[in-house]
Amino acid sequence: METPQQIRDRIVGAVAGLQVECLPNGAPAGVPSLLVGRSCFREVAIFLRDDPQLRLDYCSNVTGVDWPERTEKFKVRRQVGEVEKDVEESRVIPGCLEVVYHLYSMSLKHGPLVIRVRTGDRSADVSVPSLTPVWRACELQEREVFDLFGVHFDGHPDLRRILMWDGFVDHPMRRDYVEPDDYDYEPTPHDHVLDRALARAKPGEAGCGSGAR
Amino acid sequence: MVLTSLQEVYNWGRKNSVWPLQFGLACCAIEMIASTMARYDMARFGSEVFRPSPRQADLMIVSGTVTKKMVPQIVRLYNQMPEPKYVIAMGACAISGGPFKQGYNVLKGIDRFIPVDVHIPGCPPRPEALIHGLMTLQKKIGLQSLTGDDRPRHARADEPSEFPIPGHGEHDLIPPRNPGIWQAPVSPRLKPAG
Repeated sequence: METPQQIRDRIVGAVAGLQVECLPNGAPAGVPSLLVGRSCFREVAIFLRDDPQLRLDYCSNVTGVDWPERTEKFKVRRQVGEVEKDVEESRVIPGCLEVVYHLYSMSLKHGPLVIRVRTGDRSADVSVPSLTPVWRACELQEREVFDLFGVHFDGHPDLRRILMWDGFVDHPMRRDYVEPDDYDYEPTPHDHVLDRALARAKPGEAGCGSGAR
Repeated sequence: MVLTSLQEVYNWGRKNSVWPLQFGLACCAIEMIASTMARYDMARFGSEVFRPSPRQADLMIVSGTVTKKMVPQIVRLYNQMPEPKYVIAMGACAISGGPFKQGYNVLKGIDRFIPVDVHIPGCPPRPEALIHGLMTLQKKIGLQSLTGDDRPRHARADEPSEFPIPGHGEHDLIPPRNPGIWQAPVSPRLKPAG
């Protein structure tokens, strides 16, 4: 199979106006991935499936990533008074939710190719196009991402919760999820469990009292 | 004298024909299945007949992780079993939540909702451990008296045989535990000093 960078160049060359970016991966496996713009996500997916050199006909895995808002610090060289100095500045990187698809080709026996798509933010603008019309295997896994991360998939035929019950309100795999305060019996507590259990044992003190969720 | 003999015969019959309810929740269920097969052969203890209906079962083996989504169904199945009925909590998850204890979706022990007779530790317990648990239950059944103040729960008219089925709330089960049968013990490490 071509490298992700070559695939990216070919996609952009084949259809004008597609936003595809090749992201490097610092992990030991070092598999780069393609970050695709939301507006053209399904077009890119159909290209990857139907292209005779790729024929990525099998979507093996769909998962989500939660990127909370974070502050990045960096140094800039700047004139302060009469001296030029390194000044530390910071900028806020807005949070988003990301969906990651792992694609293989059963017919050409290659893969994986990792494609990713990001939502606009973590609360209001959480829609991405569903790939269930492209690969039927995405149906249940997109439901799982919807359930646990709260990503809405436009065009999904049956977007319901799959693991949690229907009346559940939060999305448990988000990093800011607060789990129910049921630390009422911890025989061997340690670390954060010890903190929660102590807070529960002495209601009214810092942390989660018995009344808080 | 007559009553004692009758009780012994009655309990002997009961303890050697404990019919479990046929359901499994997780990997412990695989060990449960293995313990009924030829190598371990739970049939030697009169327990080989796994019943597909709670109406015909005496014993519920809670074999595996009990998720919060699954709790109402388990309590309902327990309620549908006729008395006398017994519960074995098999494995770390059924006892306490096990490795998933701090998870958002796992009940921290089925004894919060139904009375458990035998707890079997292990992850998962070996078939020998399940058979030992069954033999422990058989001993317990054998010692139960029909009359007197120490008679078991199922022989008392004022004790419940059905337990409330919890509902699903916005974040957790409602109620998260049945205080009538489970109270949180005070952990020694969490006791306030003095």
